[in-house]
Amino acid sequence: MSTALVIGITVFVLAAFVGFEVISKVPPTLHTPLMSGANAISGITIIGAVTAAGLGSTPLAQILGLLAVATATVNVVGGFLVTDRMLEMFRSRADRRRDGQ
Amino acid sequence: MTAILYLASAVAFIVGLKRLGSPSTARSGNRIAAIGMLAAVVITLVTEDIVNWWTILAGLAVGAIVGVWAAVRVQMTAMPQMVAAFNGLGGIASALVAATEVVEVDLTALSVDTVVSILLSILIGAITFTGSFIAFGKLQGILPGRPLLFPGQQVLNVLVVLGILGVGVWAGVSGEPTGYWVVGGLSLLLGVLAVVPIGGADMPVVISLLNSFSGLAAAAAGFVIESNPLIIGGALVGAAGLILTFQMTEAMNRSLANVLFAGFGTEGGDGTGEGIADRPVKRATAEDAAISLGYADSVMIVPGYGLAVAQAQHAVRKLADALEGRGAKVHYAIHPVAGRMPGHMNVLLAEADVPYEQLLDLEQADPQFPQTDVVLILGANDVVNPSARDDPSSQIYGMPILNVDRAGTVIVVKRSLSPGFAGIDNPLFYDEKTLMFFADAKEALETTVAALKDL
Repeated sequence: MSTALVIGITVFVLAAFVGFEVISKVPPTLHTPLMSGANAISGITIIGAVTAAGLGSTPLAQILGLLAVATATVNVVGGFLVTDRMLEMFRSRADRRRDGQ
Repeated sequence: MTAILYLASAVAFIVGLKRLGSPSTARSGNRIAAIGMLAAVVITLVTEDIVNWWTILAGLAVGAIVGVWAAVRVQMTAMPQMVAAFNGLGGIASALVAATEVVEVDLTALSVDTVVSILLSILIGAITFTGSFIAFGKLQGILPGRPLLFPGQQVLNVLVVLGILGVGVWAGVSGEPTGYWVVGGLSLLLGVLAVVPIGGADMPVVISLLNSFSGLAAAAAGFVIESNPLIIGGALVGAAGLILTFQMTEAMNRSLANVLFAGFGTEGGDGTGEGIADRPVKRATAEDAAISLGYADSVMIVPGYGLAVAQAQHAVRKLADALEGRGAKVHYAIHPVAGRMPGHMNVLLAEADVPYEQLLDLEQADPQFPQTDVVLILGANDVVNPSARDDPSSQIYGMPILNVDRAGTVIVVKRSLSPGFAGIDNPLFYDEKTLMFFADAKEALETTVAALKDL
């Protein structure tokens, strides 16, 4: 096994544990925004897509890269935005309760 | 230095996810994660020796326009299919990153590590893509929601998996690009085959699992291009999706394998049901419902997928307000798998500004039923089916349910007597304390509110 692979696996396993720890206590009320927010984070593949599209030397590589950038961007932009829209509804309620007190 | 900057992005994701776990910090958490993402993209654009700027700009522009358009337009009731679609696009993006590698590098010179990473990204990304869009089709009503089964399905699945393994090994050893494309094609097919036999009611599990897969695909792409932010972001999402997956299967008292492979709910699930004439039920009109509800001291509302289909979240709020105006205590009992994705009902009720304190989860709500005068069930079925408690021969036996039949009166709002997606008959409907109100949930609620005014 190469050093890069060992480091990669180490990072992966530790990050997965962090994920389990951070997320296991989320109340059911927030499950949908949590999922769409997490979904947007999985769009981090956008930086791989940008690299692929930006460095591609053949037309085919550029087409694949272009598609990768476009799909990852929909995932990232749409994902964060729709999560914000949902959380705005949750927030407005919390604010109103505070005002009422 | 670049690695340190990327680390800052990864930290933003972790902090963001952490803050998404509490209502008061969730919105800022989402924004922190978004800023981390923007930073990661900027770092990449600055530090890589980009040559094809126009390609990148075109992709970013098209993606941003589509993403904003979809996020702004989507109805809250359609959130499960929206998340499914985004999952699928994230998955295919990761597969495409790996595919670009296949085109660009000398495949015969790659290490085993890289070959395996490329194949895994293509495999997981492609399954996530087609699997998510099949789920999207089922949720959007483009495809039938019931499980689609055909003879030899399991055999075909096994053959496809074996084909992926065989061709994958050949591609790695020979360095033939064709092998990678065949693996991609078979993986796309596998995604379709995997989700087609799963019924609509099991979608909360499927969406959670595909969410996890979209993360794993990103992590695999991270191994291909040796990028820590991809590995970290992917692992976080992989873990998050998996936690929700198991919370959902637990709420159904079923194993993940059973959800994925059992073709659950195919017996008698043709949607026509038993027929109203077969067994007597007590029918109710809006006036009957208004009388029951209007003189109750405590009312528990049990929302289900029917509420989302009918877009009735605002109508239910109006009814609750009217009942509270008459002095009743109103609560909502939300089963973990009500709706089509985890937390689906909570989002709908949040849209209608229902106060938090009125939302009860399974553990909080269930002990209240014996002291509840009237339970109003809006398009929920399997999660209130007493067979899960009483009938060991039932398909859903052992699933934790809301024991609504312990309340004084039960009003079931439903469009017809047909069984739910699981295709299982519900003895609750024939119980003598149950009133069946056959109507679309929104129409039923609006007519009941009107009838309450005349009491």
